[in-house]
Amino acid sequence: MRLSKLIPVGLAAAGILLLSGCGTKNKENAVTVVGSTAMQPLVQKAGSDFQAEHKNYTITVQGGGSGTGLSQAETGAVNVGNSDIFAEQKDGIHANKLKDHQVAVVGIAPVANEENGVKNLTEQQLEKIFTGKIKNWKEVGGKDLPIIVINRAQGSGTRKTFETKVLKGQQPVKSQEQDSNGTVKKIVQNTPGTISYLSLPYLNKQIKTLSVDGVEPTAANITTNKWEIWSYEHMYTSKHPSKATQAFVNYLMSKPVQSKLVKEAGYVSVHDMKVHMTPDNRVLPGQ
Amino acid sequence: MNNIQKRLLKPSAATHQDRRGRLISFVCVSFIMILTVAIIGFIAIHGLATFTDNHISVWDFLTKSDWNPGQMGPNGKPEVGALAMIVASFAVTLLAALFATPFAVAVAVYMTELAPKKGARMLQPVIELLVGIPSVVYGFVGLVVIVPAIRTVFGGTGFGVLAGSIVLFVMILPTITSLTIDSLKQVPGYYRNASLALGATRWQTIYKVILRAALPGIMTAVVFGMARAFGEALAVQMVIGNAAIVPTSLTSPTSTLTSQLTSQMGDTIMGTLPNNALWSLALVLLLMSVIFNVLVKLIGRRGELK
Repeated sequence: MRLSKLIPVGLAAAGILLLSGCGTKNKENAVTVVGSTAMQPLVQKAGSDFQAEHKNYTITVQGGGSGTGLSQAETGAVNVGNSDIFAEQKDGIHANKLKDHQVAVVGIAPVANEENGVKNLTEQQLEKIFTGKIKNWKEVGGKDLPIIVINRAQGSGTRKTFETKVLKGQQPVKSQEQDSNGTVKKIVQNTPGTISYLSLPYLNKQIKTLSVDGVEPTAANITTNKWEIWSYEHMYTSKHPSKATQAFVNYLMSKPVQSKLVKEAGYVSVHDMKVHMTPDNRVLPGQ
Repeated sequence: MNNIQKRLLKPSAATHQDRRGRLISFVCVSFIMILTVAIIGFIAIHGLATFTDNHISVWDFLTKSDWNPGQMGPNGKPEVGALAMIVASFAVTLLAALFATPFAVAVAVYMTELAPKKGARMLQPVIELLVGIPSVVYGFVGLVVIVPAIRTVFGGTGFGVLAGSIVLFVMILPTITSLTIDSLKQVPGYYRNASLALGATRWQTIYKVILRAALPGIMTAVVFGMARAFGEALAVQMVIGNAAIVPTSLTSPTSTLTSQLTSQMGDTIMGTLPNNALWSLALVLLLMSVIFNVLVKLIGRRGELK
């Protein structure tokens, strides 16, 4: 019979798969990181550098959004959950079960299409645009062009930060929503009249960044809170992280990574900050 | 004697084989049944939690269009109105089917009736190619080509139902075409011969006999295409604008059930209202696919050739 000949072959194949699955990698030295897509490039780069220096560790980095990161870290499904917002600010998360590691600071800046003729907005104008009270660029000194607001998806960490700092609790105007920095950038570049916001690592010369009350969204302005729209990039672990997890977090917090990799990726080092933010969004002097 | 009797009364090797085969297929079938029931049950439990645990009224969910499950509305209750998404999903689906059906039927007629050999050789690879392209590519082409084109022609931002249905049109065309081809091929040859023998022209034969006879099959094809359009997520999400607003025109940004699901699933926490509300949207999608399936069955039964 053919079937009986196939069975040993199948068993051998299954055996090989099993052996290769658990033989080479030690679970103790594996770190799984899931969450915020805004942090993904930084953590991924740091992960591969870390692995190059520590051959016996394996770092796996995935996206999925801040909400996914927080909930997976809380249930213990992953070692680290990346998030743009404080766990305390997310409904349904028990922040007391998690340990917060603030590994970087990210600024968020309003961006607009090149053609509207505006380079600077006041804080009030920005607020009125995103609540739908100002509807045309000529009301803020630009061309006669309807304003098209592009928001981020509900629940996005970047959106939460932007709305906390700019709208201060008011309802945003009903508008288009996109779920990634990349798509927002593409749309704002190509569509006249659009305004949105991006995290600083996504900015470049192809897209127009707006200043607010004459303040530019630079790293120096963020460290002193002169530019107010910023948030921490958090890595949440369990209260007692594994040795490998702790080693990876320590590596991200180390001087060489903070002064080189973090800055190159467009973030602000936590070591440079002259102020700090509390989970209820108060900004206080000192780190 | 006794030995022979024993052997004759015992089941033969072939019977054993038969039983074993039946057991294997029974196990497989029940596994699939359990899986289907489990999936439906899982979606239903989470989808209904919005109404049972969070006390949102079903009527509000289906008829209101304010979608803000993460925040409290003016009346102190979170706003969970899915009307905009339901309307938009139906709008893109119907429009895409409307665009695609004439093209699909024309291609199928050409391939089976007018130039069976040449047509099949030319068009078959094209159709197969369309099936193989991943939906993210369709979405990207839509974002880079179709959206700006609509913006230049009709004004607005270019995002909306029209852009969504044009992308879906290309995506469901192969489905409808290949199913239509199958149903045209099933029309018996003697129908054609009889019609031509009566003196009907080729066009009259195609129009009055073949298409009529294949109508139930073509309708099934269209419903299958619509089911695919209704469930497509990524490509539509990239061109529809994702604003939870009931579409007022073909070029005003809106959001489909699937686009809302894909863009927000990652940022909600299991068990909270924003997450439950997304499961409710998934439940609506599931119910719709059940309805599409029932429709296909009904059309098939009514139109059986006797």
